[in-house]
Amino acid sequence: MDLRLDGLNVALDGVRIVHDLTLDVPSGSVVGLLGPNGSGKTTALRAVYRALSPESGAILVDGADLWAMHRRDAARTVAALTQQHHTYLDFTVAEIVAMGRHPHHPRGGRLSPDELALCRDAMARVDVAHLADRGALTLSGGEMQRVLLARALVQEPRILVLDEPTNHLDLRHQLGLLSLIAAADVTVLVVLHDLNLAAAVCDRIAVLQGGALAAVGTPHEVLTAELLREVFGVDAEIVPHPHTGRPQVLLGLPTSSPMEGIPK
Amino acid sequence: MPRLDARAHPETIRRAGRTLRVGLVAIGLAALLVASALVAIGAGPASIAPADTAGYLWAALTGGTIPADEVSRYQIIWQIRTPRVLLAAVVGAGLGAMGVAVQAMVRNALAEPYLLGVSAGAATGAVSVGVWGGLGALGIYAVSTGAFLGGLVACAVVYLAAARASVLSPLRLVLVGVAMSFAFQAATSVIVYFAPNAEAASTVLFWTMGGFGAASWATLPVVAVAVAAGIAILAFRAGRLDVLSLGDEAAASLGVDTGRELRWLLVLTSVVTGAMVAVSGAIGFVGLVVPHLIRIWVGASHARVLAVAPLAGALLMVWIDLASRTLVAPREIPVGAVTALIGVPVFVYMLRRRAYLFGGS
Repeated sequence: MDLRLDGLNVALDGVRIVHDLTLDVPSGSVVGLLGPNGSGKTTALRAVYRALSPESGAILVDGADLWAMHRRDAARTVAALTQQHHTYLDFTVAEIVAMGRHPHHPRGGRLSPDELALCRDAMARVDVAHLADRGALTLSGGEMQRVLLARALVQEPRILVLDEPTNHLDLRHQLGLLSLIAAADVTVLVVLHDLNLAAAVCDRIAVLQGGALAAVGTPHEVLTAELLREVFGVDAEIVPHPHTGRPQVLLGLPTSSPMEGIPK
Repeated sequence: MPRLDARAHPETIRRAGRTLRVGLVAIGLAALLVASALVAIGAGPASIAPADTAGYLWAALTGGTIPADEVSRYQIIWQIRTPRVLLAAVVGAGLGAMGVAVQAMVRNALAEPYLLGVSAGAATGAVSVGVWGGLGALGIYAVSTGAFLGGLVACAVVYLAAARASVLSPLRLVLVGVAMSFAFQAATSVIVYFAPNAEAASTVLFWTMGGFGAASWATLPVVAVAVAAGIAILAFRAGRLDVLSLGDEAAASLGVDTGRELRWLLVLTSVVTGAMVAVSGAIGFVGLVVPHLIRIWVGASHARVLAVAPLAGALLMVWIDLASRTLVAPREIPVGAVTALIGVPVFVYMLRRRAYLFGGS
């Protein structure tokens, strides 16, 4: 399913955070959203999973306006892995994952055997099957992150938006998670901070600066020394990965006054 | 695979088979509740055996006959004690369920049904009617109606003060609710202080400590219907309460509008709690402690918690009311004092348990 952010303007408490953002995420592709802190990445995503309504512009899924849909239909179309992890009650992992079926079961009730199998399968795919009966509040940050991804998968979305999904994860699970979303039969819009992981997993990369689009294209086109200097304020070497040929960003510590020139 | 983990985390064993158990727990509690009600109806200055109590109740319900020399005992059972015990059960059930709802609504472990100002507003309403009159057309129900309306006004004020633009945050609801409770308490104090008679002070005492002494067949059905409808609606929407407690962002991504959920929960808990406070005053701790105890027992899922919490609340309240009217008979200890005496140690014990977590604290 195609996702298109069309002239999107989003404000928080009257302050416009995202400015006129137009971005295409073609069906089945993985598009990475990069940018320094405060550049509007999370705010843009929140409009896509309907936590924050846009001031103007639209979010189109196969041409249909996502915000004109019924909430439940929108939640069957778009699933999200958000940065907010906190649960307030000590649900078991299996219960949290099963809540991914909520948009399909608005009246509650028992899950069908097929749905239970779907939940078990999702937990196995993100390597949390062994935690099924654990209380969610006893999990580590990385375990919780994987549980929440399982919940998003159980939603059976056509579009998956992920906000820094590799946070808290160890290296093995970072790579596991990214290869899982790359292989999944969904359209993916993902915010990442690790440029090398972004280069490895994304078909296209969009860079935000001050809430507006600074660059968009393939990892080769976007991840250049000039862009990193201009947008992130760092000097970097870009080299091709010896096996995949994808761009890799090599960073060294700056030689003088490190905090100078960091965009406010 | 879960077996391996069970060894590492003993808590896992406790959670196993929870779904099966919840039915058994509910049936067991219901049976205990019926038995306790019979005992409680029989107990008092004129003690009557449970079998005789059952006989009188049967006669009342089926229109049977009572020997002439037993009529006064029958009157005590049917006209005084039965409505009182039933009211205790209804209010206990309501407080248990509304406690669950308010805790889910504001996502706070310390939340209880009076958090958003219902009881403070009810006291103000009751005292206002008592001192200044008004609602005279309602006769003996004027003060109760004043309490109910006062509770609703307090909640409306809390809502209007907490809502900003389209956003209604749980934390702001709590803060405004606590602040408004103080404001209404202050208003009540001022009214009582300048009241021409001493009656106002005892009215306030009743509404802040609570009690079932005023129970009658006339008021019971209204509260019972409000509580039953409230619990049914909550149980019907248990899945949404689950999603709500995952937080705003997750709820939005699962198609639940948290603002709308908060609004209907606020209306529902205010109306049901207001109806309870109007007839029995503000009885503390039951609405706070019962939801936590039940979650320790059956887990966090609202479908399970709401199946058990009303029964547990009702059972607890029947015994607390019995204690309040028999321990120092012929005097009564205010029910609110008994619930606090029992509730505080239970709550402290609960917070010291490491296996029970709420909000990660």
